[in-house]
Amino acid sequence: MSHSKSNAKIVVDHLSIQYDDGTESLRAISMEILPNQITVLFGPAGGGKSTLLRALNRLTDLVDGVRVTGKIYLDGEDLARPGVDVVALRRRVGIVFAQPIPLPMTIRQNVTYGLELAGLRHRGKLETALEKALRAAALWDEVHDRLDAPAVALSGGQQQRLCLARVLALEPEVVLLDEPTSGLDPISTAKVEASLQEIKRDYTVVIVPHSVQQAARIADQAAFFLQGELVEYGAGKDLFVAPKDKRTEDYVTGRFG
Amino acid sequence: MLSRQLTQRLVFALITLAAVTTVFPIVLVVGYIAWLGAPAISWEFLTAVPFNGMKEGGIWPAIVGTLYLTLGTGLIAVPLGVAAAVYLSEYAKDNRLTRAIRIAIINLAGIPSVVYGLFGLGLFVLFLQFGTSILAGCLTLSIMTLPVIVSTAEEALRAVPQSFRVVSISLGGTKWQTIRRVVLPQALPGILTGVILGLERAAGETAPILFTAATFFLPRLPHSVFDETMALPYHLFVISTQVPGMPIRIQYGTALVLLTFVLSMNVIATGIRSRARARRQW
Repeated sequence: MSHSKSNAKIVVDHLSIQYDDGTESLRAISMEILPNQITVLFGPAGGGKSTLLRALNRLTDLVDGVRVTGKIYLDGEDLARPGVDVVALRRRVGIVFAQPIPLPMTIRQNVTYGLELAGLRHRGKLETALEKALRAAALWDEVHDRLDAPAVALSGGQQQRLCLARVLALEPEVVLLDEPTSGLDPISTAKVEASLQEIKRDYTVVIVPHSVQQAARIADQAAFFLQGELVEYGAGKDLFVAPKDKRTEDYVTGRFG
Repeated sequence: MLSRQLTQRLVFALITLAAVTTVFPIVLVVGYIAWLGAPAISWEFLTAVPFNGMKEGGIWPAIVGTLYLTLGTGLIAVPLGVAAAVYLSEYAKDNRLTRAIRIAIINLAGIPSVVYGLFGLGLFVLFLQFGTSILAGCLTLSIMTLPVIVSTAEEALRAVPQSFRVVSISLGGTKWQTIRRVVLPQALPGILTGVILGLERAAGETAPILFTAATFFLPRLPHSVFDETMALPYHLFVISTQVPGMPIRIQYGTALVLLTFVLSMNVIATGIRSRARARRQW
């Protein structure tokens, strides 16, 4: 089965994820994620959004006792195919986590870390990539004069943009964000959201937002998850204005959640 | 019936007393040894070989012997112990094999040191024919030191937040790159502390080198790892029990040198630990 004809960047095909203890995280999810769009995965906690996000670059591999069935295709290529280079995959599909977790290094080292792991040694190229990534994450102006300061010295909002820059430095094709603004103040949140609008020109962006309001603000495409099920998926401008499913409507209008 | 306030005061007084009491022995031991040993300390005592039935001269060969034994033990036990700890903390799944390894390590730590000595005699000195030698002594001390190094190093590795590993792997790091570039550097101070504490014990032990490395009297430095050697703890034992008419200041002088050696390792370990705590970014 090939999806190369579709223009989707990622195709999720009947993906189910179960844990050893019998709990089900995702139930037969199928969806297509379009390139150069911000796709929002939203819904109440425990709906399986983060699990899906982590499955997209196979971070689910790190967790013991997880059973994944169904397929995920990236550019038509099965991610679980034997012989797939997982390390290379994670460079193509980067992720930003809910908590900003700067590595215990300097700002500079945090951004160049992934490139150096990939074998890039050239000083000039590293410098160019560093500046480009920090600019794309809207952090350059704030840190360009203290690149060798420890990354933990930054504020929470700056740290989260550093985490974004660290991912962008690898020039991935897909950027996954798991509630990247959950710990941030409104100003920092606005900065992160603004940089997402910039980076979607070059990347495919998949984000779990931290609120319905944020989902509605930034979604090109929106997918509503409820207890492991994909309830509704469509263009953001339709889904938030005229949801087709009663459950989506109830959640979007704040009747539960 | 005592009032609650009075009970509280009484209990606080007792536990404060208990805490203060624990300080007394160390102060007394160090003070007593220093008091009696200090007069013996001189340039000659530290740098000359012993003569006249060890009643005169210095303890230079014993100092060098202990240095050799400690360093040699480090060369063997540290790579082995740290590698084992990395395996247990980073690679091993929780299964029968790793449970067996852990139980083995715990039990290894409980074996009396004289038993290690006898084992070293049987395996290294006799069976492998290393003879009474620095090599046999270092190997014996290494086995004794391994559990300390493995368990403290494993603890230090486990203390590194899991999230750092996930981040590194999510940025396209392999497991080994993650360990080498993030986990090990962060665990290093903790590992070093464990290593020094382990080696400190090795430096001070008498029983494991009794049959494997130490010699009663050797007024020169060892020539190779297959040579036997004098060592401070064993020398102290010998001059305290085996030589009649030994001047007491030489005994306490030797004890003071050994104590200084071991305590300074302790200070270094504590220094590394507190420095790392202050600089830690998590």
